[in-house]
Amino acid sequence: MIRHPKKLTVALAAAVAIALTLSACAPGSSATTTGSTGPVSKDVAGAGKVSITVWDQNTDGGIDVAQKKLNAQFEKKYPNVTIDRVSRSFADLKTTLKLALTSKDAPDVVQANQGYPDMGAFVGGGLLRPVDDYSTLYGWDKYFPKQLLDLNTFSANGKDWQTGHLYGVSQTGEIVGVYYNKKILSSLGLTPPKTIGDFETDLAAVKKAGILPIAYGDVEKSPGIHLYGVVQAAIAGSKAVNNLVRAKSGAWTDTSSVEAATILTNWVDKGYLTPDANGISRDDALAAFMAGKAAFTITGTWQLQTVTEGLGADAGFLALGPNGSTTPVTTGGEGLAWAMTSATKHPDVAAAYIDFVSNAKASQVLVDTGNLPTVPPADWAPAKGTLAADVASEWKRVNASSGLVPYLDYSTPTFYDTLTAAVQELTAGKATPQQFATTLQADYAAFTGR
Amino acid sequence: MRLATTNRTIPGASTTRARSGRRPRVQWKAYLYVLPAFVVFAVFLGIPVVQTAQYSLFEWNGIGPSTWVGLQNYVALFTDVKLRDSFLHAGVMIFFYSVVPVTLALVLTAVISRAAHLRGMSVFRTLLFLPQVVSSVVVATTWISIYSPEGLANQVLRAIGLGSITRAWLGDFDTALPAIGLIGSWLGIGLCLVLFLSGVANIPRELFEAARMDGAGALREFFGITLPALRGQIAVALTLTVVAALKTFDLVYVTTRGGPGNSTSLPAFEAYNRAFTTGQVGSAAAVAIGLSVLILVITAVIQKIQPEDVE
Repeated sequence: MIRHPKKLTVALAAAVAIALTLSACAPGSSATTTGSTGPVSKDVAGAGKVSITVWDQNTDGGIDVAQKKLNAQFEKKYPNVTIDRVSRSFADLKTTLKLALTSKDAPDVVQANQGYPDMGAFVGGGLLRPVDDYSTLYGWDKYFPKQLLDLNTFSANGKDWQTGHLYGVSQTGEIVGVYYNKKILSSLGLTPPKTIGDFETDLAAVKKAGILPIAYGDVEKSPGIHLYGVVQAAIAGSKAVNNLVRAKSGAWTDTSSVEAATILTNWVDKGYLTPDANGISRDDALAAFMAGKAAFTITGTWQLQTVTEGLGADAGFLALGPNGSTTPVTTGGEGLAWAMTSATKHPDVAAAYIDFVSNAKASQVLVDTGNLPTVPPADWAPAKGTLAADVASEWKRVNASSGLVPYLDYSTPTFYDTLTAAVQELTAGKATPQQFATTLQADYAAFTGR
Repeated sequence: MRLATTNRTIPGASTTRARSGRRPRVQWKAYLYVLPAFVVFAVFLGIPVVQTAQYSLFEWNGIGPSTWVGLQNYVALFTDVKLRDSFLHAGVMIFFYSVVPVTLALVLTAVISRAAHLRGMSVFRTLLFLPQVVSSVVVATTWISIYSPEGLANQVLRAIGLGSITRAWLGDFDTALPAIGLIGSWLGIGLCLVLFLSGVANIPRELFEAARMDGAGALREFFGITLPALRGQIAVALTLTVVAALKTFDLVYVTTRGGPGNSTSLPAFEAYNRAFTTGQVGSAAAVAIGLSVLILVITAVIQKIQPEDVE
């Protein structure tokens, strides 16, 4: 209720004046360069009675059970250490971690999301401690496949991804692929596709038989990244997409990226995707697939448990490859990196913890609780013909052939927003493949400067 | 809650006006009484506002070093299509949140006030006011299911033979924003009606009786007596609903996250999204300040229709 316009002006002017004086001291710290970090050791008992604060995002069923188990085992092994666990859902972690890391009592260990928006920003702000020394000490550099370590690697200024220092290791692996209904495919005399070309042939046949080919719901906006990512990976190949997302080379307006968008437009026109997908939730789409209403759905291995329960032995999983290729190329990566903050006063304890939750022993715990570990135990062989067996073998195949393509939203700090909105526009016919590519490129160019 | 605040503000404002004429001596002791409230205000509102204003002049990702950009973030409010659209969408929201409920509530008030005594009036009032009491997340979740492809809205349309226009209302570029707006209309109508009915109750019955004796019809009665008498309530209703429209965040956050595309992005949602997910703290602060100024200006304009002598 403003009764005194003059007073308002005065107040506003005062506020601006204060703001201007404050502008002398700009918000944010100037980037701190990480200096020498001192000698490292595996000694945990010598740290005395300590407690470390850990922020993770392992809130879902199976992985939460695994994390609780691992934490209990760690505290049992090192009775002098207490773990203060702060567990947040992915979305909550993403929005609050930045504030936590910059606060006075920052946590010791955090799960940091890969790519420029999160890890890059944290590294650039000097908030994470490089762990190259611990990597050598604990042998992480030998245990984890290089392409997975690369995803957790950044230059010290946070500007170059997949090169420079290692900032953490991951506990779980994940790929996005095609879940299929074995019953529907065999009733139509179709074989599970191997390449994107096979896939399109199958889609046409399924549609002709009057069955919905792909159950797809994008009201949450994030499934669009997976749908486009899977197609783009199979069209452009892993090297091109990797370089694009790492901001190394290429452009979103390149022929292959536009072609992938064109394929999606065709799928919409031909009725291969759930109609009105922008108004259908991810869960509803998955439910439709599990109810046998669609032949395929495209989502990640994190749905393994859900689909196993929903469709049982009728469900299969595969990763597509480029036409004429026998090795799969698909969107994927690993769980958030377990990273150490620069604020931690007990780096040796933090490193021991990170090792404990991601090493071979932890892998067994993860497998036992229905998760896909980064490096599955050598003797892990789920029963043949089960969905878990498909997931395990596809994960191994993709890793063996270095066919992993990172999540596309890692590209720039604002890319999640730009890409998810653009895919919705593309599938609703509001944007042509060329306009779609131009929108993405505009965001990309603003960040990379080329 | 909201009602209580407004009622307190109106007498407060007029007291200040009355006093400013007398120019009393400054009584420093009096400020001591204000101090506790002022400290709370300064710590939780004043300082953050100043900080936000400061951030808005920088380009900053929330962590690293920041770059001074002057008024560039404010210029972007007009030049950045995405931001400009979000403010335009807020205009659409004002229509659905304010114009629609106030108009409908006035019509309903006219009808109800003609009926001398409506049985169970308090029950209706409570029912109509209920949306204001229910948590907005619950409201949004309920409406998601109503608007879904197999939801109530489409079931009704099919039942009356309009199956051809059924769609995923929140997933369609053309209908998502109005669909969210209608939730706002539904939220606001009870509030407006309760306000107006209490206003009508204060009008001396003799006025109506006199008008009727002079042969005034329902319309004449409404425009001659009811509407002028309700000026104060209308101003309050407009203020509350316009502010609610401009600061809409929860409905969009729960139902569409600004989608499909950016067709339902609103300034408050943009401010949140930029600050917490896309690392554009400066731009987020500029949106927040811009939105606050807009709300101040619009409420100041609405105050003009408030009669001078409400007490």
